[in-house]
Amino acid sequence: MEKFMLIFHGQQMDETAFQDLSPEDFQAEIEKWNTWIGGIAAQGKMIGTEALLPAGKVLTDGGKVVTDGPFTEGKEIVGGYMLLTADTFDEAIELAQGCPMFETGGKVEVRQIQKFE
Amino acid sequence: MSEPNTLVAHLFRHEAGRMVSVLAAMLGFDRIELAEDIVQDAMVQALRSWPFQGIPENPSAWLYRVAKNKALDVVRREKLFRQISGDWASERQEEDMMEQFFFEDEINDSQLRMLFACCHPSLPFESQVAMCLKILCGLSIREIANAFLTSEETITKRIYRAKEKIRAKEIRLEVPTGLQLPIRVNAVLKSIYLLFNEGYTSSHPDTLIRQDLCEEAMRLTLLLTQTPRTTTPSAHALLALMCFQVARFEARTDATGAIVLLKDQDRTQWNQALIAQGKRQLAASAGGSELSEYHLEAAIALQHCLAPTYEKTNWQVILSYYDLLLNRKPGPIVALNRAVALAEVDGPMEALLAVLQIKELETNQYYHAILGDLYAQLHQTDRARQHYHRALHLTSSGAEKQLLRKKIDPLL
Repeated sequence: MEKFMLIFHGQQMDETAFQDLSPEDFQAEIEKWNTWIGGIAAQGKMIGTEALLPAGKVLTDGGKVVTDGPFTEGKEIVGGYMLLTADTFDEAIELAQGCPMFETGGKVEVRQIQKFE
Repeated sequence: MSEPNTLVAHLFRHEAGRMVSVLAAMLGFDRIELAEDIVQDAMVQALRSWPFQGIPENPSAWLYRVAKNKALDVVRREKLFRQISGDWASERQEEDMMEQFFFEDEINDSQLRMLFACCHPSLPFESQVAMCLKILCGLSIREIANAFLTSEETITKRIYRAKEKIRAKEIRLEVPTGLQLPIRVNAVLKSIYLLFNEGYTSSHPDTLIRQDLCEEAMRLTLLLTQTPRTTTPSAHALLALMCFQVARFEARTDATGAIVLLKDQDRTQWNQALIAQGKRQLAASAGGSELSEYHLEAAIALQHCLAPTYEKTNWQVILSYYDLLLNRKPGPIVALNRAVALAEVDGPMEALLAVLQIKELETNQYYHAILGDLYAQLHQTDRARQHYHRALHLTSSGAEKQLLRKKIDPLL
């Protein structure tokens, strides 16, 4: 059993992006995520998942310079992550393929957690 | 990690409508846009956290808490300004006030107040319906425009003008009392009735959208009937009518979307639970001496629901209800429907004579379709064909066109 991290890369959504969503849209979106995450959890493969607030701080120069971030190139930011277990890398990819991120043009990065020893 | 729970259908839509009403009652109708923004914010917050933290045990309570806190922030910020002008209110008081607004009774009351404001007789009907759907039912401009086959711009304008009028006329968010109440309740029932009809008889190709409109109309009526102050026999009768009609909704079209006539409908598809609910509502509508048009229309709809087959329908009784209805609500459409019942009781010739008396329906497709039917039954195929063609020309519904062509074919 290996551990993997799925990193969700998405568009930096500004507030106007949400103004056009109807209550029905909000519910549909939540249900998509709920189904996907719930499905992984139901298989006992989920370790944890969190969303990140869009704004943060970036420390550079030995931690002496603190600026507002994140400033990845373009408007793409890391919006959240999930830690899960899978037998193989392929299985982790398969699990990631159901992620609702893809419907809004997002990307999911799959990384295996390194085991030391 | 708890098991994934699913959300009730339309939870967000319905809660949005309730929350906007509550916040508008609290902040004043003048600031309805602010109320709408707060609710939108609460939903954004749900979208950001629920997928990762799981859907809360009580999703509605969660949304209310967030909306309430956001509203409290607004009120506090304003207090800061007021303090400068010397108007002091304790923090505790505000929170208590806020708590009060979110009691179940108050939530219903806020919705009722909003309903009476949205259905104010001084607003044009189109605006009333748009306001109800947007504010009380939580439909978006896009969804409303789609349901009425019109542009988003048109709906936006209607809503804007209605809000302006409510402000200008100083229409208050209140449930009318005393002598005003029955008059205003009737105005609300009329608006809901028309909203329901939009869903039930419109030619919109998407039946889901139409069912939504009917469902929302039923929800608003239910709100009236469940509140002792606003319930009237007519409100129960209207709800009964809607139950009977919606019970037959599914059976009215086949798998391809084509219209199935009452005569040919599979009656086992009729929703018996809704028919039973309609009967209960009709029983509740018998209190008092009031006999409204909704009572009569519900009684007619019930006769259809009770008949085991088309042939065994009690047309005599239906005709007598139509006679009463025509008496109460004279009009060409009622007269036209009565003629259909008359044809079953006294034959097509009597019905034809009655239809030919009706004025003002020259441009109504059903008028011509029924004339076509009657002439066809009397073997006057040329005339039948003419009227069917006229109906074909007048309707914009694909399903209706298809049905009319099916009727014309054997006449050729």
